Amino acid sequence: MSRLFFLFCLIAIQTLSPANAQEKTESDFPPAIEAEARTVGKSLRCVVCQNQSIEDSSAPLAADMRQLVRERLAAGDTPEEVRAFMTDRYGNFVLMKPPFQPDTFILWGAPFAFVLIAALCWRLYLRPGERILDTPDPLSDEEAARLRARLQEPGDI
Amino acid sequence: MGVLAIITGFFAIGLTRDPHALPTMMIDRPMPDFKLEPLGDEIPLLTFSDVKGEVTLVNVFGSWCVACAAEHSELMKIGNSGAVTLYGVDWRDTAFEGRQWLEQYGNPYSKVGLDADSRLAINLGVTGAPESFLIDTEGRIRYKHIGPITPEVWQETFLPLIQEIEGGKQ
Repeated sequence: MSRLFFLFCLIAIQTLSPANAQEKTESDFPPAIEAEARTVGKSLRCVVCQNQSIEDSSAPLAADMRQLVRERLAAGDTPEEVRAFMTDRYGNFVLMKPPFQPDTFILWGAPFAFVLIAALCWRLYLRPGERILDTPDPLSDEEAARLRARLQEPGDI
Repeated sequence: MGVLAIITGFFAIGLTRDPHALPTMMIDRPMPDFKLEPLGDEIPLLTFSDVKGEVTLVNVFGSWCVACAAEHSELMKIGNSGAVTLYGVDWRDTAFEGRQWLEQYGNPYSKVGLDADSRLAINLGVTGAPESFLIDTEGRIRYKHIGPITPEVWQETFLPLIQEIEGGKQ
């Protein structure tokens, strides 16, 4: 019984999810165009809700962009041309994956730079191996005398 | 300490920038061709040939847009001042609701067109309403303002720009 209820909930959630609601909006296009449009749409950022692609977003502007992507693909544009169309109007921001070009070298290079810095820190400050080999200098005569005196003091912890 | 300083620096810059204000690609580009739908018989329709020959301000609005109501009184003043020809693009709206909006709040625009499916909006790189485009006599976009036009924005940004464009007659 509880299993049936669980199944029911699962189906209910599925049918109510926004992803499903969106799929119904555009399907006047042949499956090949639709499939291509989805790939292109996934790579285009929704400019309203900025961390979603236009395929995932339920913003009205994203819906119009999805429609436009499909129309352009149906009209014979390549996916690259559709992306170029969008970047021409919205800049590189509209791409989910920023291109590798001079003004994004820092962006793409930063992770590698941080790994390099970490490796350097590890080498300079932690010095594995050397720590074990590093034996402290032996006590001087004066230090040894002080230590001995200290150890012979009664009652002290 | 050094790391803390770097992180503080990152946040000091990162958290004070508005991620919604995207860089504009459209500056100094010609106004893209467009075809809009009329809002009603008695409201003149904005066509592509209108945005040329004089300095115009194209305001993208919508009856659903809360910030548009905030700038409407300023738009009424601008429309009446005659400093610039004010056009309206009713974005992602219905003709009925657009008409109602103008009847309720007044119509500051010389001409208005309906962009129900965002064709012009996307061509202009619009990300939200209101946005306003200042267009020179050649039909080139010279400035884009994101968000409501406040009296300060109008006085300090638009008026000097309009004077510059009209004076330069480039």
